[in-house]
Amino acid sequence: MNGSRAAGLTLAWRFAAFRSEGFPLLPTLILLTLALVAIFANVITPYNPEIGSLGDRFHPPVWQAGGSAEHLLGTDHLGRDVLSRLIFGARVSMVVGFTAVIVAGLLGTGLGIVSGYLGGWVDQLIMRITDTWLALPALTFAIFLAAIVGPSEMNIVIILAAVYWTRYARVIRGEVLSLKERDFVRLAIVAGCSKRTIMRRHILPNVLNSAIVLATLMLGVVIVTEASLSFLGVGVPPPKPAWGLMLADGKKGLMAGYWWLTVLPGCCIVLMVLAANLLGDWLRVKLDPQLRQL
Amino acid sequence: MTVPILEARNLTKHFPVKRGLLGRGSDVVRAVDDVSFAIEPGRTLGVVGESGCGKTTTAKLVLHLEAPTSGAIRFEGRDLQTFDRGALREYRRSVQAVFQDPYASLNPRMRVGSIIAEPLVTNESLPAGAARKRVAHLLEVVGLPERSADLFPHEFSGGQRQRIAIARALALSPKLVVLDEPVSALDVSIRAQILNLLRDLQSRLGLSYLFIAHDLAAVAHMSHTIAVMYLGKIVEIGNAETVAATPRHPYTQALFSAALPSHPDEKRDEVVVTGEVPSPLAPPAGCRFHPRCPHAMARCSAEEPALLPEAGRLVACHLYTGVRVSVGAAAR
Repeated sequence: MNGSRAAGLTLAWRFAAFRSEGFPLLPTLILLTLALVAIFANVITPYNPEIGSLGDRFHPPVWQAGGSAEHLLGTDHLGRDVLSRLIFGARVSMVVGFTAVIVAGLLGTGLGIVSGYLGGWVDQLIMRITDTWLALPALTFAIFLAAIVGPSEMNIVIILAAVYWTRYARVIRGEVLSLKERDFVRLAIVAGCSKRTIMRRHILPNVLNSAIVLATLMLGVVIVTEASLSFLGVGVPPPKPAWGLMLADGKKGLMAGYWWLTVLPGCCIVLMVLAANLLGDWLRVKLDPQLRQL
Repeated sequence: MTVPILEARNLTKHFPVKRGLLGRGSDVVRAVDDVSFAIEPGRTLGVVGESGCGKTTTAKLVLHLEAPTSGAIRFEGRDLQTFDRGALREYRRSVQAVFQDPYASLNPRMRVGSIIAEPLVTNESLPAGAARKRVAHLLEVVGLPERSADLFPHEFSGGQRQRIAIARALALSPKLVVLDEPVSALDVSIRAQILNLLRDLQSRLGLSYLFIAHDLAAVAHMSHTIAVMYLGKIVEIGNAETVAATPRHPYTQALFSAALPSHPDEKRDEVVVTGEVPSPLAPPAGCRFHPRCPHAMARCSAEEPALLPEAGRLVACHLYTGVRVSVGAAAR
């Protein structure tokens, strides 16, 4: 009795300690849930998200009059189950989001390190390209690229990586500029290390924190852009269930009272982006070498 | 006389500074101006001076991290600027460094063992076991436990980190170690330990040191030769005991009089220097020290004094050249 009470107290205390460090428990849970849902999408979905029956069009969610437990979140204009589509939409957002963020991160971090460390004309070249890239509005640029290469999930990843690598390159280059003046880099030169070794062994591990923080913050941006592209019809091609695509399909029904077709995918996008941003913010503070006095 | 391990001849480094909106009309910072010195095998050259006098730039030139604007560094008689890849590699093996800040000079993402082994692994193809053995030996030499190799730098204190930095510098058994203010970032209680360690290593391994510091006591304790720098120039250079006991240049006198005496009852002449170090962008004409010198004469602002022999060392001061003016008349 006494023991279990003590255990309960420690657990509560632990939870409080968790909170006191500002660990964003809720965003992490949301992202984890979404990730799990995305991974096991084909196991947990009650219906095929791409095929509906026209007899079941515009069923409202279960709690609304006329709704049924068969379609918990209702059906769309083709009679497809909204819940199933949302679940598979999470998979699309997750896959596209993570892959694009990683590809952009690898490209941007690599070029940022090379640009910052080598300096000279290499730096000039990469940074002028970056300037040009950053001067273009991201979404317009993405639409332009999408119009050229055509819609497909793979192409979306390439487009997003091509649009967003500059954000990494800029930040990482700045970090490298200060890192390369640090004594341990000078001592590596004195020890006879080649430039490539210094970049790999001394620069890269020390910018990795920033790259991870950036990636987390970029996740939200990338997901919104993917949804926007899909909404505009140049993203994930139908009938694949992407949240942006569902918004686009549902918007005509909004005036007719079919609110669940737009509000539900909208909520999903907001939740995911918000969670990613909160987690990124926390990581930024947590991993900041200045704040941590590394 | 033996061939010096390292010799600087009229070494000069100017840094261009861009001025104006379009970066036209650039000025130069004369960080190091016409500096010459030599380091004998197994000996220590101490360089002292205030912040910004060119000590660290001299160290960077010697370490081949910066190229000199003019003048030359000769390593065992050969000009460093003419070195090809192979010779430069050999030079990197022979010359190592310890820097001021023990918190900045160790990569926070590497384990101490890899930090110390890096010069070894880079320059010699050693099997992992042999490298580990050498690291353990080096740790023992600098007085750290062997298990330190598996830890990260942040698990050590400043003094311990400086020992790690020294162990790394010794890894390749270099001929010359550049010590750029190796103890100024450390607590006074640890300074003596590190300095004694360095001296001990010198006598055991026959190392040469280029010892850079602004702490006169440390320099006098460590060096065989002392060079005093002011605004990029050497104003006095000579045997350490001679310079420390009877400094001749007014700046050296002021430096030594500002340092704490070894005994509180010791009576010394107070030489007070007023004002700030002028900007190295526009050093004063003539003798660079004349605006602050208590013995300044008319000649000092017009003519730059040459570094000439005086009482067993070289001094750049008009007090000791040409017609002697009585010090009383020269003082304002």
